[in-house]
Amino acid sequence: MYPTNCRYTKEHEWIKMDGATGTVGITEYAQHELGDVVFVELPKIGAKISTGQPFGTVESVKAVSEIYAPVSGEVIETNAALGDAPEKINQDPHGAAWLIKIKLSNPSEVNSLMDAAAYQAYIAEKQKETSA
Amino acid sequence: MTTPATTALRKTALNATHRRLGAKMVDFGGWDMPVEYTGIIAEHRAVRTAAGLFDVSHMGEIVVHGPGALELVQKVTCNNVQALANGQAHYSGLMTEQGTFVDDLLVHKMSDTHYYLCVNASNQDKDFAHIVQHNSTGAQVENAGDYYTQLALQGPKAAAILQRCTKVPLAEIKYYRFAHGLVNEVECLIARSGYTGEDGFELYFAPEHSEKMWFALLAGGEPDGLIPCGLGARNTLRLEAAMCLYGHEIDDTTTVWEANLGWICKMDKGEFLGRAALAKQKEEGVKRILVGFEMTDKLIARDGYPVLHNGEKVGHVTSGSPAPFLGKNIGMAYVPPALSAVGTQIQIGIRNHQAAARIVPLPFYKRAK
Repeated sequence: MYPTNCRYTKEHEWIKMDGATGTVGITEYAQHELGDVVFVELPKIGAKISTGQPFGTVESVKAVSEIYAPVSGEVIETNAALGDAPEKINQDPHGAAWLIKIKLSNPSEVNSLMDAAAYQAYIAEKQKETSA
Repeated sequence: MTTPATTALRKTALNATHRRLGAKMVDFGGWDMPVEYTGIIAEHRAVRTAAGLFDVSHMGEIVVHGPGALELVQKVTCNNVQALANGQAHYSGLMTEQGTFVDDLLVHKMSDTHYYLCVNASNQDKDFAHIVQHNSTGAQVENAGDYYTQLALQGPKAAAILQRCTKVPLAEIKYYRFAHGLVNEVECLIARSGYTGEDGFELYFAPEHSEKMWFALLAGGEPDGLIPCGLGARNTLRLEAAMCLYGHEIDDTTTVWEANLGWICKMDKGEFLGRAALAKQKEEGVKRILVGFEMTDKLIARDGYPVLHNGEKVGHVTSGSPAPFLGKNIGMAYVPPALSAVGTQIQIGIRNHQAAARIVPLPFYKRAK
């Protein structure tokens, strides 16, 4: 279910690399945990973001969730369509509902993130905890 | 996102049913409860337009009976129990000596010597201890939460659905009245009440019938669009209806006057806990009052966010959320009386924004009669 051409964080963001730029979104697991997404706040183009720091907010009916930068870099594009249609994050979190594109300060930084198999094992462990 | 350990959480008789049906479960005041089934928005709209079924068995029940029962309930709560008829319930407050809330509750009068109190889950043990502590009348007080499953069937179709499951003539049970009878062959207390702003019923019955009742009601209501709902929708529904939630709008620092609940406080009923403090505050006037507001920009106010006026913090949001049926972002907040008039422009501190909002009349939503 999780695309193998992406890397993943423990905070449930994904990043897909294309040369020195990466597209970032939140994962299927994250959208499911949040429930109905009703609002997204994204950084401005040109903003500098750094690994592990919050760069935006996704809100569902019941919760506010910060989104953390998987890597450091500069925001070069944001998904403006989410402003009017935040529910796309529930419908297509790994596709049309990407959040931002960033130019990485150090492209090799992605190698320290989980691959799809590692992420899947990570969330399987989390789900085991909640169904105990 | 953190995942709480679930081992210490309390469970209702329907816990395994909720999990099997794929409900999303959360720690709700120490209880492992369904927060949503199909999604808060869909569940909220179902209750406004058709019907929803909620497991609210985490709610506590306290039974007060015996010759001193009336006197004891009259002493610890602020509404006038003497005014209740048999088979009638009212909303009330369990009072501290300071006139603040130990809890809010429904008082059901079974008879002159028998009262059935429905209290908040996380306050149940505290409430019980408080009532026992002030029991000078010799009444018997029983902490009965474990003896009941409570289901809430809510929405404009609720009466039609429930009528298919019982021979009890529901049209004769008016709002805030209750009756005893068989529902799906299970002996129930059938109360016409709820926490959603819609018509509906709350059913109390023995836990061993829980799963049978859950599925029988869902099957009976399916043609009318009945769906199972979680506590997420229950919260957005009660907020649209501007009903208070303990720990948010009311707690042991707030009074009925501050919370706009003067209608549940009967100062002329005689002595009760907190009466002197409440009389004093009524005379002196309140320093803060509960208001409703709606956001005039796109941001969402949340519980605890500061309320600002001309850049100064003047209060705080008690409950804030998107309102799924109204399609607005709304909230309730405490503000100084001078800023409480409908139409007053305020700001809500949301992250690094001062987001515009304005005070609106309560409730936000009122069903057509």
